[in-house]
Amino acid sequence: MTRMTMIQAIRDGMDVAMGRDDSVVVYGEDVGYFGGVFRATQGLQEKYGRNRCFDAPISESGIVGTAIGMAANGMRPCVEIQFADYMYPAYDQITQEAARIRYRSNADFTCPMVIRMPTGGGIFGGQTHSQSPEALFTHVAGLKVVVPCNPYDAKGLLIAAIEDPDPVIFLEPKRLYNGPFDGHYERPVTGWGKHSDGEVPEGHFTVPLGQAKVKREGRDVTVLAYGTMVHVALAAAEDTGIDAEVIDLRTLLPYDLDAITASVCKTGRCVIVHEATLTSGFGAELAALVAEHCFYHLEAPIRRVAGWDTPYPHAQEWDYFPGPARVGAALTQTMEA
Amino acid sequence: MSSPLSLFVPEPEVRPGGVPDFTNVHIAPAGEVGRPPVDIDPSEIRDMAFSIIRVLNRDGEAAGPWAGLLSDEQLIEGLHHMMLLRALDARMIIAQRQGKTSFYIQHLGEEAVSTAFRKVLKKGDMNFPTYRQAGLLIAEDYPLEAMINQIYANSEDPLKGRQLPTLYSVREQGFFTLSGNLATQFPQAVGWAMASAIKGETNIAAGWIGDGSTAESDFHAALVFASTFKAPVVLNVVNNQWAISTFQGIARGGVGTFAARGLGYGIPSLRVDGNDYLAVHAVGLWAAERARRNLGPTLIEYVTYRAGAHSTSDDPSAYRPKEESAAWPLGDPVIRLKAHLIAKGVWSESRHVQLEAEMLDTVIAAQKAAEANGTMHSDNRPSARDMFEGVYAEMPPHLRRQRQESGV
Repeated sequence: MTRMTMIQAIRDGMDVAMGRDDSVVVYGEDVGYFGGVFRATQGLQEKYGRNRCFDAPISESGIVGTAIGMAANGMRPCVEIQFADYMYPAYDQITQEAARIRYRSNADFTCPMVIRMPTGGGIFGGQTHSQSPEALFTHVAGLKVVVPCNPYDAKGLLIAAIEDPDPVIFLEPKRLYNGPFDGHYERPVTGWGKHSDGEVPEGHFTVPLGQAKVKREGRDVTVLAYGTMVHVALAAAEDTGIDAEVIDLRTLLPYDLDAITASVCKTGRCVIVHEATLTSGFGAELAALVAEHCFYHLEAPIRRVAGWDTPYPHAQEWDYFPGPARVGAALTQTMEA
Repeated sequence: MSSPLSLFVPEPEVRPGGVPDFTNVHIAPAGEVGRPPVDIDPSEIRDMAFSIIRVLNRDGEAAGPWAGLLSDEQLIEGLHHMMLLRALDARMIIAQRQGKTSFYIQHLGEEAVSTAFRKVLKKGDMNFPTYRQAGLLIAEDYPLEAMINQIYANSEDPLKGRQLPTLYSVREQGFFTLSGNLATQFPQAVGWAMASAIKGETNIAAGWIGDGSTAESDFHAALVFASTFKAPVVLNVVNNQWAISTFQGIARGGVGTFAARGLGYGIPSLRVDGNDYLAVHAVGLWAAERARRNLGPTLIEYVTYRAGAHSTSDDPSAYRPKEESAAWPLGDPVIRLKAHLIAKGVWSESRHVQLEAEMLDTVIAAQKAAEANGTMHSDNRPSARDMFEGVYAEMPPHLRRQRQESGV
């Protein structure tokens, strides 16, 4: 085991995958010589050469479109979209092409590829560097959608994603790159140095896609979260003293229904937390699943805490961000219901 | 005081009721355009984007430096392919009217482009076609029955009923799965070619796009990637003058030709008579050789004319004169190749009539064989169970539950 930040773990995951398999190529905007604006690909070009890691023109559609062609020609591209907010020009290639190559060709062609995207807020990025568009991908048949929340999972899930036979959207909560963040923005920044999930195995290992993880066992209420909100939910449980069971979904598609229902049927209460806007967010899908599968165990209405239905603001970041106070209030209300 | 601005909206010169007039279309005489070496500096052949490479002249003779690359046997085979494609189209349009399929896309007038180009590719190369390049399959003798099975979405449909008719996928024959949306395949072709170069292989890719779709941003994304990484790819623009009802001037804008789009990217850009089987083959070969020698991409504009409707859902008489097709100055590709072969003394009117009948018989035989496997509305369709398969390599739990819920 080695101590790593999440950015180091992601880099190490790509390094391990590239070292094991010549067909893994890494490219995107600023990804080559410079190593990416978040440094996720630092050193990979030097180690594997310009043919395996290189800068792409600023054309997200071109990045994903060429990656689909490469995947059809036996490669396993792992491309970076610099910010998830920049993925929209590639949306056609992702949703109508990558996601459906296998299906529409009856597996005559397949599309094993990973599209990495830094996601979420907490860094004063304003409306074009803070978005959480996961629901735009979970709505698409043929995609897998992964959101890690710590270095251990980030590396294990990324290697699993690169080795997966189908296209995977890999959303990296950028506020977690250099340390856990529980939404208490007024407190000093902490790193991954002392966090238990900052211990990462060396070399090859995977965290299977489609499996959630219980991050805190509890009896009172289940919190379904992913990404940065896992840390916020843990903080809210501490702050309120409510014995919440916090589940990190880790993979949104395919989701781990067994883990969700086991917990909610145990606690009888459910709070769903995500940073993305509320309406038609992934929380709506989770709420529907809980209602369908756990209705007769529920003792309180399912509650959602999410970003407001506004664009992600700049100066009002902490008014927008669903921090521990809002999550804590939802826990309290759910317990009182 | 400045005068008020006004918006310019291009219009074709003639609409229904008018008399087609192509006198303003400059057509260089056959044989006039030179054939540069494939390693020429692209900046030295910029004028080729504004001319038009032609081999067959009005007397059916092959002229100039692009002539002489195909044997009589190869030319007769090419005529076979074009006529087989034309016969298939004719029968499938009838089949659609009979309710045996929901939809069909024909190639009338454009048969030379895909059938001739296919002959410059080798096994292992990959096309990223549009829906109007079925000639790529025909010219490789892909079984007609398999194509019709797909068109009919019957029990033997290779794509299990998941795709609109004519959106084939045949990896084995270098034919990438067709999408049905537009231009997405262009950057994919470039990526496929880049992978070939990364792996140090020798295969090349060919991207295909129509005149209208060059307006999509994916067209430009493909060109910039191809240019930057010198991808071993041939970028084919089939200018058939009409994007459904929209004339090519709407996508082309002020640049004059679609080939000229490549110039800003430093890509050698050639314009060719798309109704001239010999010219299409010769120019395709030149571009393929550039790609194989690692000299990078080539853009080719094939100037042709969509003589038929866009699809079985379209009626062109609503937006262009019926006489326009006959007035088209580059003629018909089948008639032109036939005239050439007759001029060479290796073909005759009677053999042509005989071949036409043979091609029709071939299609009818394949059609009968396919119909034994069912048609669109017969009972032996791909099963509802097939619908749930193949979304992922392994069916995830949520899809398994939905399949159970559907009762199949």
